[in-house]
Amino acid sequence: MVTRSLLRPLLDAIVLVAVVTLAWQGLYEYAGDVALTPPLETVSLALDLLGSARFWPHVRETGLAVAQGLAIAVLGGLSIGLTLGIHRLSGEVAEPILVALYSIPKITLYPVILLIFGIGMPAKVAFGAIHGIIPIIIFSMNAMRNIHPVYLKTARVMRLGPLPLATRVLLPAALPEVFTGLRVGFALTLVGTLMGEMFGSQRGIGFMLMRAMGSHDMATIMSVTLLLVLFATLVSVALLVVDRRLHRFG
Amino acid sequence: MKRSTRIRLWVIAGLVGGLEVLCRTEVIGRFTMIPPSEMILGLVRIVRQGDMNADIVATLGNVAVALVSAIVVGFLVGALLFVLPRVRRVIDPLLATYYAIPIFVFYPLLIVLLGLNRFPQIAIGFMLAVVAMIVNTLNGFDRVPQSLLKTARVYRMGRVRTTFLVILPCAMLYIFTGLKLAVAYSFIGVIAAEFILSGEGLGYEISFAYNNFENATMYPLIVLVIGLSALINMVLYAWEKKYLQRQTER
Repeated sequence: MVTRSLLRPLLDAIVLVAVVTLAWQGLYEYAGDVALTPPLETVSLALDLLGSARFWPHVRETGLAVAQGLAIAVLGGLSIGLTLGIHRLSGEVAEPILVALYSIPKITLYPVILLIFGIGMPAKVAFGAIHGIIPIIIFSMNAMRNIHPVYLKTARVMRLGPLPLATRVLLPAALPEVFTGLRVGFALTLVGTLMGEMFGSQRGIGFMLMRAMGSHDMATIMSVTLLLVLFATLVSVALLVVDRRLHRFG
Repeated sequence: MKRSTRIRLWVIAGLVGGLEVLCRTEVIGRFTMIPPSEMILGLVRIVRQGDMNADIVATLGNVAVALVSAIVVGFLVGALLFVLPRVRRVIDPLLATYYAIPIFVFYPLLIVLLGLNRFPQIAIGFMLAVVAMIVNTLNGFDRVPQSLLKTARVYRMGRVRTTFLVILPCAMLYIFTGLKLAVAYSFIGVIAAEFILSGEGLGYEISFAYNNFENATMYPLIVLVIGLSALINMVLYAWEKKYLQRQTER
């Protein structure tokens, strides 16, 4: 039943969207115009926003910041995480520190970052990067540690040199977990960058939201929120599909 | 003491000491950061004078409300979804992509809905924490081995006894993971919300001190927030270790 197995997730998705839309409309009926805009109107507002000239410079700004933050988080996170995974003692030393860093409210560090970098792009990038880098480190460290010892023994028996060992054994074996880390890292970099824009910035999506909040501009808040949620969900569903496929083959 | 623990303490001491030296020698200027020793002294002063006590109580109170409601609701929803697989399948994509959505973009909306008081902050903490609890509760129930359930059936245990004597103890470790994440997330959510827009709480005081260039107040408060969350984190970590040990000793 190929068609049925394809139809089922689609049907589930439709049900989910319908339920969310109904709940949203219900909330609107309850709270009224002051609090939020109804679903249909928000969709048309979002479409207007997509067609307007004032929106895209902000998108560009945020996109640039996320891309740079992500680049730092990925490169830094992978190199630190994989190293800590290979060198067991340093991994043991670092792990509780990393877990503690993951759980602190990083927003409290925001003033520090602003004082170091000043208001503008570098601060946003740094804030995105410190959110994204920690899960990437933790996941890639664990990926290296959890490689089945049999693989390493087999590689030794086959007398693999360090380079083939890395490319043929270590990387493929660690890839699924590393990818999960990248997925989480992407989401957190986006969140971090947006939060950064909410305080220390004159441009970007986060700034748009903060300004709309100040002037009680519900139309902008709702349409920007809708677009953001849609974007984040789409990217993360795509990453999740790849993630699950990697784990199945792994 | 374990070797890795000893090295870790030295590493942390080295980092803090290095920062102290950099600040004392004015490589890092006073307007950027005050020396760590002054942060600690400032914290002692603040706690002694009691200026911030109301804020500390407000923040911890909000975190507690958000946390307890997230744990209760998260556990119940998780259990409910476990017995209703049809609903679970529909809602699963939402759970999987939830943390990719920047929850903070809903804060303006929550302020309009609930008013500018403590409830939007609690709501953000709750929203951030509850899904971790749901996901881990489900995960825990999923991993109860079939053989244990069969054994329960052989002993003719009823539904209630099976739940309390077999399923819950078995799922406890995963539920505890959810709890740990819920603690971190509710803390992060409440502090961030206070930071974005509010009239009291530690997050608010930090952002207030930052806006007034009061580094002598801001840094001690940052140390306080980070110290509190690290402390809670360490306690939970130690608890979990103990629990694991007891499980394996049995």
